[in-house]
Amino acid sequence: MHIKSKTYYLIERKVKKMTMTLAEKIFKSHLKDEPFPGTKVLNIDVVLCHEITTPVAINDLVARGKDRVFDPEKIKVVIDHVSPAKDTKTAIQGKIMRDWARRQNIRDFFDIGRNGVCHAIFPEKGYIRPGYTVIMGDSHTCTHGAFGAFAAGVGTTDLEVGILKGVCSFRAPETIRVNINGKLPEGVYAKDIILKVIKTLTVKGATDCVIEFRGDVVKGMSMESRMTLCNMAIEAGGTSGICMPDEMTVDYLWPFISSDYKDKSAALADFKKWWSDEGCKYVKVLDIDVANMQPQVTYGYKPDEVKDISEMEGTPVDQIYIGSCTNGRIEDLRVAAAYLKGKQISPLVRGVVAPATTRIFRQADEEGIVKIFMDAGFCVTNPTCGACLGMSNGVLAPGEVCASTTNRNFTGRMGKGGMVHLLSPAVAAVTAIEGKIADPRKFKKETI
Amino acid sequence: MKTYGGKVLFLDRSDINTDEIIPAKYLTEISKEALKPHMLEDFKLEGFNPNAPAVSEAKVIVTRSNFGCGSSREHAPWVFEVNDINVVIASSFARIFRQNMFNCGMLAIELAENPIDELFAHKGADASISIDFDNDKLTITSSKGTKTFDYQIAEFDKALVKAGGWVEFADARY
Repeated sequence: MHIKSKTYYLIERKVKKMTMTLAEKIFKSHLKDEPFPGTKVLNIDVVLCHEITTPVAINDLVARGKDRVFDPEKIKVVIDHVSPAKDTKTAIQGKIMRDWARRQNIRDFFDIGRNGVCHAIFPEKGYIRPGYTVIMGDSHTCTHGAFGAFAAGVGTTDLEVGILKGVCSFRAPETIRVNINGKLPEGVYAKDIILKVIKTLTVKGATDCVIEFRGDVVKGMSMESRMTLCNMAIEAGGTSGICMPDEMTVDYLWPFISSDYKDKSAALADFKKWWSDEGCKYVKVLDIDVANMQPQVTYGYKPDEVKDISEMEGTPVDQIYIGSCTNGRIEDLRVAAAYLKGKQISPLVRGVVAPATTRIFRQADEEGIVKIFMDAGFCVTNPTCGACLGMSNGVLAPGEVCASTTNRNFTGRMGKGGMVHLLSPAVAAVTAIEGKIADPRKFKKETI
Repeated sequence: MKTYGGKVLFLDRSDINTDEIIPAKYLTEISKEALKPHMLEDFKLEGFNPNAPAVSEAKVIVTRSNFGCGSSREHAPWVFEVNDINVVIASSFARIFRQNMFNCGMLAIELAENPIDELFAHKGADASISIDFDNDKLTITSSKGTKTFDYQIAEFDKALVKAGGWVEFADARY
């Protein structure tokens, strides 16, 4: 009897010391139901919606006589993929969203003129917080893991149930830890690192996994750079990217959370409860030393087909595109402008830049960045997903090649018969100057 | 429940993405039926013709690893659904595509690479696959013979198929 109770005590101690990853902590705190072993139905904190994948869900709810939302405060809506509407069909998609937001009292609805690419505008508004669960009918929803959230792209049916019930089902996540250390060389950015990670993991290496980005390089990164990292987790098959919420996260969110905490250190202490525990279980650990890393560029039609820039220099292109949920933020525009200031883009190419949100556009204008782009010969467009998925604002002709700061190089992605090289804003800027893929380390950055 | 099984379309490549299954330019459609003529329009494989009879007659797709990677668009399962293809058999799936299939009451069946190779051996032999959903078995029949394989799908995914999809399942339970 005495021995038995001692065993129980040991088991209890073991349970108390059970370690969890950040993703596991979020799953535990949001678990609504486990209908079958291994299937976790989670309560969702924020359901994000855009005009491409939501209208079918709305129409289906109407047809089922269930035209309701679980909580209008937790649903955030934007028109971003084709903005402004380019034809009758896209105008109808916009109208469905507008009418729905009005009748469901969804106040956080961002129409053209106040909008932005979803994965840039929603963080900008402070909607994403550490420990949150986030879903959207968009695969790049993994971006929001930069805030220490579990954020997953889902299909329209998952979105529909999210809108109606505020829940979503997932398999219990395993976590891949990617340690990024070393001194980041000049001309190498978050985009180069994530391309290298995808090359290492392959396009299916993180399927059903969360990718946790750790290490000194990530600690030193801005929220924008962390979003670039997490944005492309899906290109390795990952469900969500995730970063530990730290001082940088507190600073970014402070305008939205200052009334919730007495000071920033109280916020940080609260955020830290989400951190992955020391000794928690990872399905794989990857160590990346960036000290000798070159800028990275894709060469094929899959995001893991990546080469060092020294092997890609001189490859001719027809169009340069700077924008998207990966690299259309103010930090990206600043980097590109620093290389472009006082320069002209090559007559062999054309350039398109789409600041990711109206706020970023305004900021770029106020900082003189829009003028730098225009003086260089870039076409500066309004915020939209547009050309990234071959919808509008810079679609390629068959046989054309684009040097692009976006996230997918699939066949025909930016236009039927076109090809895409994925690269950083720095590589995009110097490629525009040279008219062929160029190495930013060989160019001088100006002060802007 | 939908009907599962029939003539097989073999897509002999890994990493077939959702842009290849249904290009983004058709995502401006708000009816599933409108997607119908554009299935696999941009699919990249030597000799593949999206307008061939083998494509329009197919009821089952057999393919390789990481099928349905890329975008979250449910238009990918939908374009199969409106073309009467309710079963995809692959050595692995991208997560969102797999969940979208079951959420629509369709079957995304994973088999190991060896049985997938055995299925591919029936390519070009007028192959059909029948599904015994209750017993988790599938049988391929062609001019090269007949063989039955056991498969496994998660209990939850099976429940979704029985319920008719995730909306029905969630609405009854939550």
